[in-house]
Amino acid sequence: MRETPSILPLRLEGVGYEAGGRRLLADVHLEVARSARIAVVGPNGAGKSLTLRIAHGLIAPSAGRVAWSGPAASAARAGRGHAMVFQRPVLLRRSARANLTHALALHGVARGERRRRADDALARFGLASLAGAPARVLSGGEQQRLAMARAWALSPELIFLDEPTAPLDPAATRGVEDVIRTFQAEGVATVITTHDLAQARRLAEEIVLMHRGRVVEQGPADCFFTRPQSPEGRAFVAGELLW
Amino acid sequence: MSDSAFAAAFGLVLARDPALVEIVVLSLRVTLSAVVIACAIGLPLGAGLALARFPGRGAVIVLVNALMGLPPVVAGLVLYIVLSRSGPLGDLGLLFTPTAMILAQAVLILPIVTALTRQTVEDLWEEYREQLISLGSSRGRAIPTLLWDARFSLTTAVLAGFGRASAEVGAVLIVGGNIAGYTRTMTTAIALETSRGDLALALGLGIVLLAITLALNAGAYGSAQLGARLAGRGADA
Repeated sequence: MRETPSILPLRLEGVGYEAGGRRLLADVHLEVARSARIAVVGPNGAGKSLTLRIAHGLIAPSAGRVAWSGPAASAARAGRGHAMVFQRPVLLRRSARANLTHALALHGVARGERRRRADDALARFGLASLAGAPARVLSGGEQQRLAMARAWALSPELIFLDEPTAPLDPAATRGVEDVIRTFQAEGVATVITTHDLAQARRLAEEIVLMHRGRVVEQGPADCFFTRPQSPEGRAFVAGELLW
Repeated sequence: MSDSAFAAAFGLVLARDPALVEIVVLSLRVTLSAVVIACAIGLPLGAGLALARFPGRGAVIVLVNALMGLPPVVAGLVLYIVLSRSGPLGDLGLLFTPTAMILAQAVLILPIVTALTRQTVEDLWEEYREQLISLGSSRGRAIPTLLWDARFSLTTAVLAGFGRASAEVGAVLIVGGNIAGYTRTMTTAIALETSRGDLALALGLGIVLLAITLALNAGAYGSAQLGARLAGRGADA
């Protein structure tokens, strides 16, 4: 049982971002409830990854605010109740297990408990036999699963997934999607960015369509795929929305 | 240069001439101590400089980079003034001792270790930044992580420091005084014996110095390659 108050729902309120005189995000509103399963879709350059980075606290927004519930100060920092898995996992130059114990150490987990929790996470995602292997020699799919095991080991309420399967083959993609389903089955909220509409359909209950830095449509996945409301939504579902 | 000088030099090395052994041992003691001190300060300092953001940071980086080219005789002269009887640290009585020589070499190689560490860690920080922040790491907490993960690349910084220290003659000559049996190192002995015309001893010392440098570099390179392979990095350490 979680002892600390929930940090969800998370609300992005009118979030905007400018860099080099270019407006990359404008007036983005998004709510992530407990156990939410959201897919943020859209073409390249739509602002999907930037939105996740701002929500996760890696980048400060130029406008608007990111509002967490509960003790806001503790949730505002990345790594406190919410984790992120990147498209290209950045693993430390050490063993798979040491990557997890390092993350647990950052979270103040007692030294004696780190190894047990790391091994639990590795076993949970089918990586137990690779615990002592150098993380950097694992296959792409294994590396991504290790990155997800690292996120899971920190017991987050919400995980941001930034195109986690983009560089992977179909088999590795299936493995990563199984891990995401494990998160979801345990009640962890997931926000995933993807280009793959089939994947969004498989993993999300709610779709957020972004185009040119704005949210152009947002709603239940079934409605989005059967009756998209916006011209951009209709074009995207038909595979015609280009930058 | 006569062949007989080379033959005599090899003879001294193979016979492990006591005078030669004494000089080699002192040289290694001074140089390795200086490297340890410079690394203890320079590695965290370089990493801190890579991650810290403060006004004037660019100027500090330029200064540290420039100090890599600090002329040894200038460093030796400044340290001589500081350690001389009328200097601020004169009471310590360190002038013309191995400790003064260790200090001089540490001063010379500290900028090398710091500057190379700063560059290496800054490059690695670019790669790790988002992930480490995402995991909840502060910049300060990232320093040991980055130093550990850059350990194979940082071997080069340590070797560069060792190379500079072991080849150095001007600073240790000024603050050590080249006293036989006490502060005479390989490089100062080579300079002295050459001026005296004892080329055999000078050459013998030169051979030992080159052999030690080569062996240390080969050992460090091999260790870094092996370690990098074990840690799963395509090794160009």
